[in-house]
Amino acid sequence: MESRPRIAVLVFPGSNDDRDAAWALGAVGAEPVTVWHAEPELPDVQGVLLPGGFSYGDYLRCGAIARFAPAMGAVARFAADGGPVLGICNGFQILCEAGLLPGVLRPNASLAFVCRDAKVRVTRTDTVFTSRCEPGQELTIPVKCGEGAWYVDAGKLLELRQRGQLLLTYVDENPTGALEDVAGVINARGNVMGLMPHPEHAVDPLLGSGDGALLLAGLVDAARERLAVPA
Amino acid sequence: MKATVLVRPKEGILDPQGEAVRSALGHLGLPVEGARVGRVIDLELPAGDAEEARSRIEQACEQLLANPLIESYEIELEA
Repeated sequence: MESRPRIAVLVFPGSNDDRDAAWALGAVGAEPVTVWHAEPELPDVQGVLLPGGFSYGDYLRCGAIARFAPAMGAVARFAADGGPVLGICNGFQILCEAGLLPGVLRPNASLAFVCRDAKVRVTRTDTVFTSRCEPGQELTIPVKCGEGAWYVDAGKLLELRQRGQLLLTYVDENPTGALEDVAGVINARGNVMGLMPHPEHAVDPLLGSGDGALLLAGLVDAARERLAVPA
Repeated sequence: MKATVLVRPKEGILDPQGEAVRSALGHLGLPVEGARVGRVIDLELPAGDAEEARSRIEQACEQLLANPLIESYEIELEA
């Protein structure tokens, strides 16, 4: 039987997609391990997922407080060691506030909470997270957020575009008002990704789309590789 | 010692909240050309050296109270 890599799903006070994320990871071949935010160390895991929700009530700015959680120190060390880390929605906001991903998520330009399917294009398939996608593939994944408008300054944007770090872009419609239609970004090293749409809500075609499974399976593939090569 | 931190959306950054307030002010009969919405944080600090307090609050602004990518801040100290 194929080995199931262990992937930590962090749980902050106010996280609300942690159980969906854990279920979805299980559906694509991982063994999810929930980790409470107060834990100073991660258990023996080969990947990390930061789920959606409203950590610490979104006080101050989304993700601004969660970044100081003890578990986030462990996540930063895990990422520095090359471990794969995926942040979804609030998880993306936290990774940006923690400086693990470039930019910041601002209130949607419409000021309205959006909750609907979004179509995103995969701009590269040579990353661990998008390796299961076809070049230019369009994925249907639901977006549900009030503060999903990704932003960076013009100089940084140019740099990120040149380096191919703008990994997912909205097609047809930009539901959040994100700069350059950006729905997801990856770090320069290629092991940390964040996105506003929720792949964990799109792993079963019965619920409208199974496209999210492709991205989650990419995380699981990367985790499985770490399983094969003990640190 | 008391300190007040004023956090504002940086110039040139779209402020949808400010836009909504501007539009609502128009409905109220007070047309304004612009409105920007920021945040006020009142701090109470133990008595001590004002300059040191200022520099520590500045660090806190850079790391937590504001996101320097999109927000500017001002610190007012009151002995």
